[in-house]
Amino acid sequence: MTGGYDIMIVGIGGQGTILASNILGEACLIEKRSVRGAETHGMAQRGGSVESHIRVDGRHGPLIAPGTADLLIGFDMLEALRYSHFLKDGGRLVVNRRMVIPTSVYVQKLPIPSEEEIISQLAGKDLCLIDADATAREAGSPLSVNVVMLGAASHHIPLAADSLLLAIKRLVPPNTVVINTKAFELGRAAGQTC
Amino acid sequence: MERRYLLGNEAIAHGCLESPVSFVSGYPGTPSSEVIEVLSSLPDRSYYAEWSVNEKVALENALAAAWCGVRALCTMKHVGLNVAADPLMTSAYTGVTGGLVIMSADDPYAHSSQNEQDSRMYAKFARIPCLDPATIQEAHDMVRDAFSLSEELGLPVIFRPTTRICHSKGDVELGPVLQNRRKGEFHRNPRQYVVIPAHTRILHKKLNEKQPKVRKRLGELGYNHATVRGSRAIITSGIAASYVQEVIPDDVSFLKVGAFPVDEEWLADFIRMHEEVLVIEELAPILEETVREVAGCVTVYGKKDGHAPYEGELSPAAVAGIMASCGFTPSRIFPDVSPVPDLPPRPPILCAGCMHRPVFYAIRKVFKDGIYPSDIGCYTLGLQLGAVDTTICMGASITVGSGMVHAGEEREIIATIGDSTFLHTGIQGLMNAVYNDARMTVVILDNRITAMTGHQPNPTTGLTACGMPAAPVSLEAVCRACGVGFVETVDPYDMATLTTALKDVKERPGVKVIIAKQHCVITARRAGIRRGRYRVDPETCTGCGICIAFGCPAIERDDEKASINELCSGCAVCAQLCPAGSIRKEGAR
Repeated sequence: MTGGYDIMIVGIGGQGTILASNILGEACLIEKRSVRGAETHGMAQRGGSVESHIRVDGRHGPLIAPGTADLLIGFDMLEALRYSHFLKDGGRLVVNRRMVIPTSVYVQKLPIPSEEEIISQLAGKDLCLIDADATAREAGSPLSVNVVMLGAASHHIPLAADSLLLAIKRLVPPNTVVINTKAFELGRAAGQTC
Repeated sequence: MERRYLLGNEAIAHGCLESPVSFVSGYPGTPSSEVIEVLSSLPDRSYYAEWSVNEKVALENALAAAWCGVRALCTMKHVGLNVAADPLMTSAYTGVTGGLVIMSADDPYAHSSQNEQDSRMYAKFARIPCLDPATIQEAHDMVRDAFSLSEELGLPVIFRPTTRICHSKGDVELGPVLQNRRKGEFHRNPRQYVVIPAHTRILHKKLNEKQPKVRKRLGELGYNHATVRGSRAIITSGIAASYVQEVIPDDVSFLKVGAFPVDEEWLADFIRMHEEVLVIEELAPILEETVREVAGCVTVYGKKDGHAPYEGELSPAAVAGIMASCGFTPSRIFPDVSPVPDLPPRPPILCAGCMHRPVFYAIRKVFKDGIYPSDIGCYTLGLQLGAVDTTICMGASITVGSGMVHAGEEREIIATIGDSTFLHTGIQGLMNAVYNDARMTVVILDNRITAMTGHQPNPTTGLTACGMPAAPVSLEAVCRACGVGFVETVDPYDMATLTTALKDVKERPGVKVIIAKQHCVITARRAGIRRGRYRVDPETCTGCGICIAFGCPAIERDDEKASINELCSGCAVCAQLCPAGSIRKEGAR
């Protein structure tokens, strides 16, 4: 076994998954722990489905195998379902209660599961649903959804909240530190309740 | 010393700064692009950096720099090395005086590529060293060592990270950044630099004579190492070595190769200590072939006997599966799970407001029975709009089109090619098509930037890699200089003019060029251009579906009516398509 803690962050290109994974990586550095990560770049980013792998205490490769992730953070419900097989038995799932319908659904008239259907398909998992969009607006910017989600998931991440906050301060644009700090704290409070 | 959490390509760029590098050139290509992006954007650069128009141009520039005694880095993706193969092969003969490192980033699984070729093969072909990192730390250390190795051996060195090195992240120990103090100076030596037959025969012999020293020095670098732990062994290289380390049990020996060509005696000595060896590497069986040559009667498992795949990328789970298939017991068992079936896909898509979408839409309308050769860029996504029939390699839209014409294809040929791709290798095909009188239409999708790989400037942009202003190339003038009689530039957001231009060229003879010119919607937004959003009037929307079929991610179906979401960038094309006139600018009456 690797002995580390494996986190997947999934969403749609442009939702800030890379910044979220960078915050986790920076927090590992702050705690002087090794870390590995992998992410989607290039063509795959143009509004497509994206995944970031972050392996806290990782020492070898960057990839998390299906069925072995400790935590899956979904910025979108459909993407959370798409990658849900990456979670290990008993793994934790923290998902933003929101779904962007893929354009392919409109153009090709494809069927799409409803929110309720997605929730029932995830029923066997340790699921925490967060209304991150509303929380991010409350924090001061709809762009802070990624930090809200990190806050909500932070109870399960083996990194101190202080380390995550320090990482956020280092990595977000200086004029958004106050908003993102609030986003993290509001997200953390929301994550406490489920 | 400093420890940072970096993208593989950022760590590689830092390794270049530690060397220090004097000269940097390359052509963007996933997964290689961020190295030059980092190096060209740093303040107080002590080195020269450029985005070249193609990989051949980039390598010839870098080779000349290395001939002048400075340290040169040339970056590209694996398929770019095909374009640069001509100077590459003979640069091994001429050698270098300053270090020349050619970074050719491979893409197993073709995450963002047209094939899965293995750059290690080129190093073998050219008889030059190849460094193949297993981790980001090793990538950082290797690129630094590669410059001194290149200088010591007098040979270019291929540095071959893969996608899972370039685009993965890790904590990396960095060394101090050094200031480049070298200044290039060419020392005339025709016997080395003029490869006429009389000279090149001698240079080839010298290259071959260098090989034993190459193997010896590569062995001493420490990137090839072995641990004997039992009667069975796994022999591996590159990122696959990291995957092997996650699943190898304590009683199986481990040999890792990071520097090619490998010392065959060292390898043979290791193999002889075992009864069975398994070779695990991504893509071509380069290491496996050497293992099989020296293995004697030791059993070898790998690709050639069907245990490991020739294609795709590996992973810890894939390595465990290969091990199990030849009787090795992995230290870790992976669950057999599969994704939830039948979910609607979310592939990459042209952005809301992308200028390519209306062009493809209009081409399909005007040339209903046409054939659409296309090229490499974001616009390859025009496949989703039914307007891309062929893509093979950079610049091959025009050439494939003219080839079809002369083969006897009688339908209309409409080739699409981006500005950067046209400058890369499209111009020659255009000149050829005009001179040989092909009857076809070429649409240059001119968004003034190399968008797909991350918005690198090209000669249409008006800025250099380092952000210095430069006079932009006129695509109209280039086309006219190639002999094109009809060149027209249109705004692709203006559907009426675009459609008229396409209809107009239909009747004309020879090669016609339409330049559809509009800024990439992402660079436009970054530059602060705001066009205002559009919205659908639900009262008058008839639900005809025309705007939905346009395929813009800003347009949704809300019950039976269309609606526009916050992705709208205000291109107004859908408003021009709507037969009911229901789409209007927000705030307009």
